[in-house]
Amino acid sequence: MKPIKNFIHHLNLNKVFLLMVLPGALWFLFFSYIPMFGAVIAFKDYRIGRDGFLASLMQSEWVGFKNFEYLFSTNDAYIITRNTILYNVVFIILGLVCAVAMAIILSEIVNKRLAKVYQTGMFLPHFLSWVIVGYFTFSFLSVDKGVLNQFLVWIGQDPVSWYSESKYWPYILVFLNLWKGIGYSSVVYLAAIVGIDKTYYEAAMIDGANKWQQIRHITIPSISTLMTILTLLAVGRIFYADFGLFYQIPRDSGPLYSVTNVIDTYVYRGLKVTGDISMSTAAGLYQSFVGFILVMTSNWIVRKFNKENALF
Amino acid sequence: MRKKKYRDAHHVSPAINVLFNIIAGVFAFICVYPFLFVIVISLTSEESLTKNGYSIFPEKWSFAAYEYIFKAGDQLLHSYGVTILITVLGTLVSLLVISLYAYAISRKNFSYRGFFSFIAFFTMLFNGGLVPTYLVVTQMLHLKDTLWALILPLVMNAFYILILRTFYSTTVPDAIIESAKIDGAGELRAFFTIVVPISLPGIATIGLFATLGYWNDWFNALLYIDNPSLVPLQSMLMRIENSMQFLLTNAQLSSSGQSLELLRTLPQEATRMALVVLATVPIACAYPFFQRYFVQGLTIGAVKE
Repeated sequence: MKPIKNFIHHLNLNKVFLLMVLPGALWFLFFSYIPMFGAVIAFKDYRIGRDGFLASLMQSEWVGFKNFEYLFSTNDAYIITRNTILYNVVFIILGLVCAVAMAIILSEIVNKRLAKVYQTGMFLPHFLSWVIVGYFTFSFLSVDKGVLNQFLVWIGQDPVSWYSESKYWPYILVFLNLWKGIGYSSVVYLAAIVGIDKTYYEAAMIDGANKWQQIRHITIPSISTLMTILTLLAVGRIFYADFGLFYQIPRDSGPLYSVTNVIDTYVYRGLKVTGDISMSTAAGLYQSFVGFILVMTSNWIVRKFNKENALF
Repeated sequence: MRKKKYRDAHHVSPAINVLFNIIAGVFAFICVYPFLFVIVISLTSEESLTKNGYSIFPEKWSFAAYEYIFKAGDQLLHSYGVTILITVLGTLVSLLVISLYAYAISRKNFSYRGFFSFIAFFTMLFNGGLVPTYLVVTQMLHLKDTLWALILPLVMNAFYILILRTFYSTTVPDAIIESAKIDGAGELRAFFTIVVPISLPGIATIGLFATLGYWNDWFNALLYIDNPSLVPLQSMLMRIENSMQFLLTNAQLSSSGQSLELLRTLPQEATRMALVVLATVPIACAYPFFQRYFVQGLTIGAVKE
């Protein structure tokens, strides 16, 4: 009896706090933990029943790893994995280099007011949705009215049917990802650079260090923790693609799938277009599982080198 | 001579400064240009568009697109209404739930703080995926084609909770809360009368994140909304775009009655761009004033406890 009594006493002591977390905890239950449990659909042949989700889940037949076997026997699994990882690797590397370079450039511009104007300008894309960016892109790539084709015709080339030629899309997608993200991340790095103790620079100048030496030996080392943390966050999500970028921008165009299909769009199409629920759950679980291992591993590696820089 | 060298080390050389201005300026221009371009297209007359394509120097200007929207734009006004409603309601619900949750797990005398912190944090590492979430929302909570399907999925976010928890534990001293409790205030009252006013900058940051998230959301509408009267702005733009794409990729249909019908219901070129402008202008006007909060949020979030 005593432990139970103790437990109730404890609950009573914490009841206000428990009330505070209740709405949030319920949200996590319905939107995170029941779906996690529901991911066992990947090992079943899911049939929608009349009695709601949990009942259908129980009644569906176990099929073991069949859905996964089927998924990996298709060429799709290779393509979506390759696309997701390759794009993310390029995004992470170019994004880091460009953002840090832009932050340093902004911090070194002598006229601070102008720097602020540039900074505000390059921050704009961050606030726009991919739907809007999709329209922007269309104004350049439209086959009959787009600016790029007008230009091609003007220099005497044949117009390109952009939305059905897959060879250009890796460049377009990388460009748009950088276009949308650099402003934001460079402003974050800039905030860190502005926060560096000025006396370091004074000391370096007295020792005769020029601007480039200061940047190399003070600025970059000072923001390296932030660089590691942001990169680590991105590496942990290397198996997750930005759905909007890969779905909205190519306008869901079939001929482009070989270079625009990523795990997220594959799962979405499986759910809403082809209706293969168990298969797309399997693809989603594959994503979550590998993603989990990647976060844990990258965090573990960083911990080995420097505990300060690890996420947890 | 020494003096000059010292000054040089303060700033980059004038030539490099010019170069830096050009790089940053050109990139900033590239970031803003498409928006300006779309504004110009929306103000171009339909004949010029058909004749010359999109151009930053239109042959003939026209307000016809905007006149059309305000005269015949029932769907637009409706979608604007839906977007504003879910943005306001969603942000309020989200702020209430997140700020209470984050506060409880920031308090050291909450015995289960470890457990509830873990529950939140673990969702950043692992999730069940899109399909089970979709099934829970549609078959268990029965939210398909309701406004709640646009609001609830975005209410919580573990990252916001971490930001706010860090904010509370760094800006609100325990002593203040203790003294309020000695004066007879309960935890809940202490939270609303003392903690919330002190942490307003942090709460405002999360509020802005949430507002932007709701305003720009089209994904939940794509998943859960079929009823045209519940379609928010971004999603409406997406649907128009998809119908256009459908017409373009099915050129053989073009002469059939069905596609002519579809073409007639779709807004014209300039009108579509005017819709894009109207969906973007509120954000483009507001963000310069709020941008520092967005930076602040991420930098707080990157600080560990």
